[in-house]
Amino acid sequence: MKRVYPDKEYCIGCHLCELACITAHSASKDLIIAYRDERAASGLSPCKRVFEKGDTCVAISCRHCDEPSCVAACISGGLHKDPETGRTVYDRDKCVGCWSCLMACPYGAIRRHPIENKIVKCDLCEGRAEGPACVQACPNAALKYEER
Amino acid sequence: MKYVIIGNGIASIGAIEGIRKVDAASEILVIGAEDSPAYGRPLISYLLAGKIGPDRLALRPAEFYEKSNVTLKLGTTVTAIDTEAKTVTTDAGETIGYENLLIATGGIPFTPPIPGADGPDVYNFTNLAHAQTLISKAREIKRAVVIGGGLIGLKAGESLFDRGVEVTILELSPRILSLAFDENAASLAGGRLAEVGLAVRCGVSAKEIQRDSAGNLKGVHLTDGDFLQTDVVVIAIGVVPNYGLAKESGLEVDRGIKVDDHMRASAPGVFAAGDVAQARDLLYGDDRVIPIWTNAYNQGFCAGKNMAGADVRFLGSLAMNSISFYGLPTISVGMVNPPEDDASYEVTAVLDEKKKSYRKLVFQDDHLVGYVLVGDIDMAGMYTAFVKFQMPIPEEARRQLVAGEPDVLMWPDDFFQETWNPGTPE
Amino acid sequence: MLFQPVNKNYHEFCIDRDPDLCISCKVCVRQCSYQAHFFDEARQKVVHDNTKCIGCHRCEALCPTAALNIRNKPSDFRTNKLWRPVFLQNIYKQADTGGVLLAGMGSPVDIPVYWDRMLLDASQVTNPSIDPLREPMELKTFLGAKPRKISVENDKNGKPSLKTKLSPQIELEVPIMFAAMSFGAINFNLHQAMARAATETGVVYNTGEGGLHKSLYKYGRNTIVQVASGRFGVHLDYLKAGVGIEIKVGQGAKPGIGGHLPGEKINDKVSETRMVPIGSDAISPAPHHDIYSIEDLLQLIFALKEASEYKVPVAVKIAAVHNVAAIASGIVRAGADIVTIDGMRGGTGAAPAMIRDNVGIPIELALAQVDQRLRDEGIRNQASIVAAGGIRCSADVVKAIALGADAVYIGTATLIAVGCTICGRCYTGKCPWGIATNDPKLSKRQNPDIAAKKLTNLIHAWGHEIEEMLGGMGLNSIESLRGNRDKLRGVGLSDTELDILGIKHAGR
Ligand SMILES: Cc1cc2nc3c(=O)[nH]c(=O)nc-3n(C[C@H](O)[C@H](O)[C@H](O)COP(=O)(O)OP(=O)(O)OC[C@H]3O[C@@H](n4cnc5c(N)ncnc54)[C@H](O)[C@@H]3O)c2cc1C
Ligand code: SF4
Ligand code: SF4
Ligand code: SF4
Ligand code: SF4
Repeated sequence: MKRVYPDKEYCIGCHLCELACITAHSASKDLIIAYRDERAASGLSPCKRVFEKGDTCVAISCRHCDEPSCVAACISGGLHKDPETGRTVYDRDKCVGCWSCLMACPYGAIRRHPIENKIVKCDLCEGRAEGPACVQACPNAALKYEER
Repeated sequence: MKYVIIGNGIASIGAIEGIRKVDAASEILVIGAEDSPAYGRPLISYLLAGKIGPDRLALRPAEFYEKSNVTLKLGTTVTAIDTEAKTVTTDAGETIGYENLLIATGGIPFTPPIPGADGPDVYNFTNLAHAQTLISKAREIKRAVVIGGGLIGLKAGESLFDRGVEVTILELSPRILSLAFDENAASLAGGRLAEVGLAVRCGVSAKEIQRDSAGNLKGVHLTDGDFLQTDVVVIAIGVVPNYGLAKESGLEVDRGIKVDDHMRASAPGVFAAGDVAQARDLLYGDDRVIPIWTNAYNQGFCAGKNMAGADVRFLGSLAMNSISFYGLPTISVGMVNPPEDDASYEVTAVLDEKKKSYRKLVFQDDHLVGYVLVGDIDMAGMYTAFVKFQMPIPEEARRQLVAGEPDVLMWPDDFFQETWNPGTPE
Repeated sequence: MLFQPVNKNYHEFCIDRDPDLCISCKVCVRQCSYQAHFFDEARQKVVHDNTKCIGCHRCEALCPTAALNIRNKPSDFRTNKLWRPVFLQNIYKQADTGGVLLAGMGSPVDIPVYWDRMLLDASQVTNPSIDPLREPMELKTFLGAKPRKISVENDKNGKPSLKTKLSPQIELEVPIMFAAMSFGAINFNLHQAMARAATETGVVYNTGEGGLHKSLYKYGRNTIVQVASGRFGVHLDYLKAGVGIEIKVGQGAKPGIGGHLPGEKINDKVSETRMVPIGSDAISPAPHHDIYSIEDLLQLIFALKEASEYKVPVAVKIAAVHNVAAIASGIVRAGADIVTIDGMRGGTGAAPAMIRDNVGIPIELALAQVDQRLRDEGIRNQASIVAAGGIRCSADVVKAIALGADAVYIGTATLIAVGCTICGRCYTGKCPWGIATNDPKLSKRQNPDIAAKKLTNLIHAWGHEIEEMLGGMGLNSIESLRGNRDKLRGVGLSDTELDILGIKHAGR
């Protein structure tokens, strides 16, 4: 399956991937509205996390692991592996906000939703025609979406 | 039958998914004593609290079993296993042959001998039926006493409280959550419960349950001489491995069913997983029963793959708990209360009572072996990585961890590359 | 402004931030290596300090909401044709610091750009034009000494073969090369990108005077190695690594001046390649201390030819100065196979501003004169001429070739292709585009995958355009254009200028 692979050699820590992620997951699909209003009003937040240490940066999100720890940990059936697409799928309606997955995922790929008792996790921009927004927005090709 | 699984909990689901990773077709039979398809056992407290409806209990979508070619025999209890003949017998009198058998019978509530416990209105809280009973009870009662200040006890107490019941929780040891948490975390959690209005009493337990002549529950006599009036008593002290069936069939048991590093029990073709199994611990390397959800799934998954002919070693259980108390999240992973006299451990703790935030890290030599987070839990997974992957932590990285800033760039370079950005395609 | 020199407010640029668009996402804050943008905790928003902006436009380019405009500061001094603002600014600066004014990139001063004063011809009716999409078009160029005449012999089956022994040649698919920009002045990522793009497009790049990193030896077939006065990174394997060796005598942006790579730019990779200690300044002396005459130059040329076993041509690069034609003649007579002439608008990583803006002559004049002189002396065939310094587009390339160049070097254009906005602050080592910097945090802004692609595209695009212009003139090979000044006409030029360029005025 295609996944998003981050390259720490060339990530410049610009955080544009995060901005792209929130825009893609916003109601307005408009960066300015998403960032200014939707973040505060509905707790819109990115699935990406940019780490910076010394001169190195990297932007990570869910790896869509083959054998995901988050799925093993989820007590509600809110996370499962889609056997067809291979994606680790989050079902918001089932999630009870127990944070088991957040604890279990050793990749730090799961965050708490800032307002609701739900998690925020990469869905590989499900349904977005252009593919993952973060990859498209990265100015330095530090994110690649490909089959490996 | 190629695969037979006894029990329909999460270990069973793990096994089905494990088998299907290796063997896409052969038929699987699941025999479960409970009536419903696998549900999120921990969700019973959410159900009791009224946070979710019964429609949200199912762990997998309705079509899961069909798609996975699994036959479910629910409401059916296995009464005997014949490991020689390779058969199981059910309470319906049926005898079913197996090639591979998984025993995933979970745990049963531990009930200490308390005089007066036998009789109406004394309950356990480990399955859906218990929750349903308590829900219907909650409508008519005013007070409840929960015996046990561990995770399940507190959850039961919180849920009943949410139903409008006045709750007192009794904990024998000097503090709640003595197993999974340390003093600071426990006091933050306890504080939160007290703030909301739950009564938590530590250092006391029930000496006797008082009933009237008709046998109706009246109250509880405590070890410190007090008496609490109550309408129900919930005994939630913990679970013990449900290995009776296995033991009777001659399988080796210790504290749980003994399994090797492939989750194989002592008879050919028989595996065990979940709360009933005593399996390798990731950190200590010895075999333990760690009755938590993730381990049950992982053990089931590993057993499933091996049942289907793969050769997969179980990496080991890792104790981890995530539980929130009225919006105050707490997480504990691995070794959180190291023996005080062992100098190889080093503990760092940062407590901010005002912010209700606490971070405790337990290092052994240059490894992180456990941690507790209260309040600010967002980086939990990043800490888990250090425990789970047992990465060596140089001095500078340790400072960062202690400061609450773990990150992936602290990982050894090769491991990072392998994990996040493996070989580019040709 | 408090706490700053009084003239600080005479800054060069203004950052316009559209409050309707700016969302305070801090992208600009992270991009600006001069700290012009910052998050103001008191106001809880991103704000900026105009005095710090050096006009590189990096923030403007990356702002996701297009909220930024970088403008020249509108405030101006009283109009004065003599005392133009730049002189005031410079004096204020020097009165504050007491230092030499430093500058980066090519000279921005208003000296005639003859490219813009020359126009190309096209065929009409007779000698019809050629459609390069339908007909073969040859841009292939060979650099090196050509024989005065060739002799051919036939074997017993009557099959002809070349009897003359040819000198080594550099083969180019397009007569454009990436100019010498040393590893150290620009970073490894760009060196790699140039090497890859040169390989991809069948041209060559020049290492510059900083040596060749060992990981780039594999691109040797598309590399010219340079030997300059500092002799950085020069050793036998290096000399044999490429398809040509260039002795750098001078540089158009700073004729008569050596080079100085500050110690801060010398990281481990640079140190290893240049063979100088990490963190120590790398100083190229103004002259080669072993070249004080044409005879000395001859010795060096042949020393290098010996070392490289006469397998590759040797070039000599000089700055375009007053006597350039005579010097070029001497160079050819000293045995150089290629003469590189770098005009005064050529780029640099760092040069004293006074030198850059006041020394040397424009490349167009120098080129025309050198070509003419070598022809007059009958030695034009002994060396190829490469023109450099301010080639901005494919038309400039075509005009240079018509003036007599065999090929051109592009330096500034190369950098612009990967983002450079010619802000001219290369010497600070803080290049926000990650070009003229070895700061790992900045240099990774140049992903060699992207940079190589852009450079490849540029060569391809210019190649197509050159074919089109050639076709328009009814030529089907770049060979037919070389020194073909009849294809050029001057506009608005004096008789002297026309005479030097060797072209007629438009209309004639
Ligand atoms: C209220 C509560 C909250 C919890 N919260 C958490 C939590 O937040 N996080 C966490 O990690 N863990 C939690 N746990 C523990 C977790 O639920 C268990 O570790 C997990 O359910 C174990 O799964 P299992 O498949 O091994 O066994 P079980 O879930 O116990 O399933 C065993 C099944 O086997 C059936 N069975 C038993 N014997 C037979 C037989 N002879 N024939 C047929 N069927 C049989 C039983 O009826 C049962 O359905 C909680 C437990 C409870 C009770
Ligand atoms: S959330 Fe974590 S464990 Fe789950 S699939 Fe993503 S990276 Fe893997
Ligand atoms: S937070 Fe939601 S998705 Fe995560 S484990 Fe809990 S229920 Fe599952
Ligand atoms: S793929 Fe989409 S959802 Fe995932 S991190 Fe990138 S932008 Fe966010
Ligand atoms: S957009 Fe690309 S370069 Fe910028 S932070 Fe994200 S991954 Fe790194």
